[in-house]
Amino acid sequence: MASTFEVQNISFSYEAIPAIRGLTLHIEEGDRIALLGANGSGKSTLLRILDALYFPSSGTVTFKGDALTEKQLQHDEFFLNFRRRVALVFQNPDIQLFNPTVFDEVAYAPLQLQWSKEDVIRRVQETLRVMSISHLKDRSPYRLSVGEKKRVALASVLVLDPEVLLLDEPTATLDPKSQSQVVDLIQQWKGTAKTVITATHQLEIVEDIADRVLVLEAGAVIAEGTPSEILSNTGLLLRANLIHAHRHFHDGIMHSHPHFHGHSPHDHEH
Amino acid sequence: MSRHSFLEATLQGFTRAVSKALQSEHAATQPGLLQQLDPRVRVLGIFALVISVILCRRIEAIAAILLVAIAIAVASRVSPASLAKRVWLVVLGFSGVIALPALFLTPGVPLFVLRYATLHLTITVQGVRTAVLLVLRVETAATLTTVLVLSTAWTHILKALRSLHIPAEIVIMLAMTHRYVFLLIETANQMFESRKSRTVGTLSGSERRKMTARTAGVLLSKSIELSQEVYLAMLSRGFRGEVRLLTDFRLKARDYAGLTAFLFTGCVAVWMGR
Repeated sequence: MASTFEVQNISFSYEAIPAIRGLTLHIEEGDRIALLGANGSGKSTLLRILDALYFPSSGTVTFKGDALTEKQLQHDEFFLNFRRRVALVFQNPDIQLFNPTVFDEVAYAPLQLQWSKEDVIRRVQETLRVMSISHLKDRSPYRLSVGEKKRVALASVLVLDPEVLLLDEPTATLDPKSQSQVVDLIQQWKGTAKTVITATHQLEIVEDIADRVLVLEAGAVIAEGTPSEILSNTGLLLRANLIHAHRHFHDGIMHSHPHFHGHSPHDHEH
Repeated sequence: MSRHSFLEATLQGFTRAVSKALQSEHAATQPGLLQQLDPRVRVLGIFALVISVILCRRIEAIAAILLVAIAIAVASRVSPASLAKRVWLVVLGFSGVIALPALFLTPGVPLFVLRYATLHLTITVQGVRTAVLLVLRVETAATLTTVLVLSTAWTHILKALRSLHIPAEIVIMLAMTHRYVFLLIETANQMFESRKSRTVGTLSGSERRKMTARTAGVLLSKSIELSQEVYLAMLSRGFRGEVRLLTDFRLKARDYAGLTAFLFTGCVAVWMGR
């Protein structure tokens, strides 16, 4: 059976600024992958390439054996099938929410993909209930809190029950409770056929959301491993700008150590 | 205007703009005359009346259409007070400036002469008619379209436009613009909030103008990025230019009656105003 994604030596630039450089990646069904990297490392760009919103200037990307190209996406059957199976949650929920009510928002994708009205209503109601946002269904997305917007944004793609979920910083800017709700949701998919690729720079959630970690720097993969392998490699994390060296005085002596935010059990251990 | 009043007035302006838009969505769901009609009939009917306004050459006929528009607004739960604030005053300001020279430049029977030193400006009867005709035309057309927008959900207008074979490219642009305007207002709001939190002392008039110009410049560059992002988000969820809604448009007897009434009114107005 073909891999979910086969990414071969791709490059992508925003005008003259390279964002992805010679990246190769192999993703199988059911993989839970975390893309770790500092701001500007190419995580979001990679997710957009996997969602066929951007197309690489060189190299190839295939989904289940089919090349992801602009031409391919013009075929109705492929387009509908791909958009049904692969879903992206944007980092900024405001970008993603553009309908008058939460119900309309969640119904948007299935309607675009030409589901029957009965199926759309049934699935939307079910998704709102699962995401515990049924009480928001008649509210305008513009007037929700950031946490609520994020849940609606997630619901708006989960309604499709996609095989592949691409999550761009799903817990960024969320309060601790909303953050743990999102992490719990991702954890539920462990052991299922759902492929979940999460871009994040929050080290504290990596072990909960991924079985495999790719560290990106300047558009290239600089390391790959299990969460424990990656998170225990302080030198790598320092290099990728995911932690920083912290320097201060203790009893009049200058002291320096790596500084983790929320992840390491030996935070601020001296 | 003090530093605080300038920034606060700007921020309040953004908040008002968003809440007005939200009120519009709410008004569109209220029971009313236009709300009971199929959105395609509303779009076609209002379009027919706007065309008749353009074709009318008599003030009385256009004034009659304006009265009809106000009656439709009231029956559709759109208050004349809100129309006055949103449309009439704003349009009067813009079209009034354009119409003003016609008062003096149109030749005809003198009505009034303005004298200042050696300068004599004659306002003619024909000039007044031309200016009033222009302002009334714009006011009436703007009133009609505002009533349509306030009584119809934006998504329904878009779907109606597609049903009426308006090209998908135009509908995509309208769909994106609607969402994008909200984002732009939010962005501008955040920029002004951030500015307000960091402003110490009083800003002079020229500083305020510079700040506004800088904000406009930054917003312009952000707007390009935002429009791209909004389009990608729509594309990612399967958008291809078609507007698909849970609501099915089905013409009923009252829709045919409504369309007939619109077309009849438009034709009568054109005949009266020829």
